[in-house]
Amino acid sequence: MRTMSKKKQPTPIEKQYDEMTKKASPNSRKFINTLKAFVVGGLICTLGEVLHYLFEKTALSEDEVKALVPITLIVLTAIFTGLGLFGKLARHAGAGTFVPITGFANSIVSPAMEFQSEGRVLGTGAKMFTIAGPVIAYGCGAAVIYGFIYYFFIL
Amino acid sequence: MPQKQGNVLLLPSQPSIIANAAVVGKVEGEGPLAQEFDFCYPSDTINGMETWEKSESELHRDAVDRAIKKSGVLKKDIDIMFAGDLLNQCIGTTFGIMDFDIPFAGLFGACSTMAMALAMAGVFCDSGAAQYAVASASSHFCSAEKQFRFPLEYGGQRSPTAQRTVTGAGAAVMGAKTNAPFIEAVLFGKVQNYGITDAANMGAAMAPAAASTISDFLRDTNTKPEDYDIILTGDLGSVGSNLLKELLKTKHNFDISAIHNDCGLMIFEQQQDTHAGGSGCGCSASVFNSVILRRLGAGELKKVLLVGTGALMSPTSAQQKSPIPSVAHAVCVCSD
Repeated sequence: MRTMSKKKQPTPIEKQYDEMTKKASPNSRKFINTLKAFVVGGLICTLGEVLHYLFEKTALSEDEVKALVPITLIVLTAIFTGLGLFGKLARHAGAGTFVPITGFANSIVSPAMEFQSEGRVLGTGAKMFTIAGPVIAYGCGAAVIYGFIYYFFIL
Repeated sequence: MPQKQGNVLLLPSQPSIIANAAVVGKVEGEGPLAQEFDFCYPSDTINGMETWEKSESELHRDAVDRAIKKSGVLKKDIDIMFAGDLLNQCIGTTFGIMDFDIPFAGLFGACSTMAMALAMAGVFCDSGAAQYAVASASSHFCSAEKQFRFPLEYGGQRSPTAQRTVTGAGAAVMGAKTNAPFIEAVLFGKVQNYGITDAANMGAAMAPAAASTISDFLRDTNTKPEDYDIILTGDLGSVGSNLLKELLKTKHNFDISAIHNDCGLMIFEQQQDTHAGGSGCGCSASVFNSVILRRLGAGELKKVLLVGTGALMSPTSAQQKSPIPSVAHAVCVCSD
């Protein structure tokens, strides 16, 4: 019986076509994309620093300031996602908007908006973690492993 | 009765396309073919519908309604309707046409659906199984993104090989031979798999199907590329079109570069940032049912081979990293 678990080796025709496809497919413009990502990502992080500086001026403790900076960026991202502006920026910025916490916030807000039409439970509630879910799951998993290492070797 | 020549079905009675209509969304209405469409909606929310799926259904309904009204044929005289779209269980179609009271056979051919529907309608009209038949297809950028890719507001970058699903619907009403354009022959394609797994490069996945169908059609009908004014593929985009021409030249010994065009390349302009071009059932449906049929009807084009191309994958098969099989169906339309 043919098992589907075995990965099929590409046939000569498939290999040849793969070569043809690679030649015919334009590559992403790596230099310009990287530059845009660097500038936009840098600006977002600078905004974080500015927020940090402003919050420090208030009566908040250092711990509270450290929590408030990402919270502000998340709220701003949610608002800009809702206004339809975040996607437009991200089309150009790529990793620049994706890597900071803005990307994480957008990945939760965007499906929550998209699946509103399926209702609060099966739509927004169930679908809001479809993109961010794996990050949360494996992030928690990694934290547990790190916790064990920390507990047994460092404490 | 249809006659088989190789795998091609010749339609000796040459059914006429009596009327056709195409309606599109906002971005398509800003493209180079805007003047050709029956109506360009100002946004992708169609007639105030509250979901993208309902918007697609409304778009589909509108295209069919316009085509039937233009044809002057009464709905009760239409014997069969062949239609389909990209959404799961073809809800884009069924929820749009459910009030028409016309016998309905739903089709799924991914982006090849328009050509498939025309071929089915042609065979039905030629065999006498239908006096009048409707063929239609639709797709919607937002409902397709939601089902196959990411939420609309998700901030991501797209590959330069990716294509934009057309928000559009096209419909044609077919009947016994009267005025041009006529359906001369059809060919249902065979599924091809060349091992492409990149869902952001559908053009590459579909080009082998188009190459196989075009070469089969030319061989079975003993015709040459020069016999056609246009060999029009559905939605190969820029990457797939180049691959098609190369495959036909190297594997099948046909050079179609002088007369090839692609609906996905026609519907958008480069500046519209649609990467490799348009795609979706609505792409070939709206382009064919507007500018192509108009020019055929006016005699500007004598013979067109429409080759609808479809990538037969689902989100599940893509996640399981299965290669993307594809199919292409051909419809030969002429004006004399």
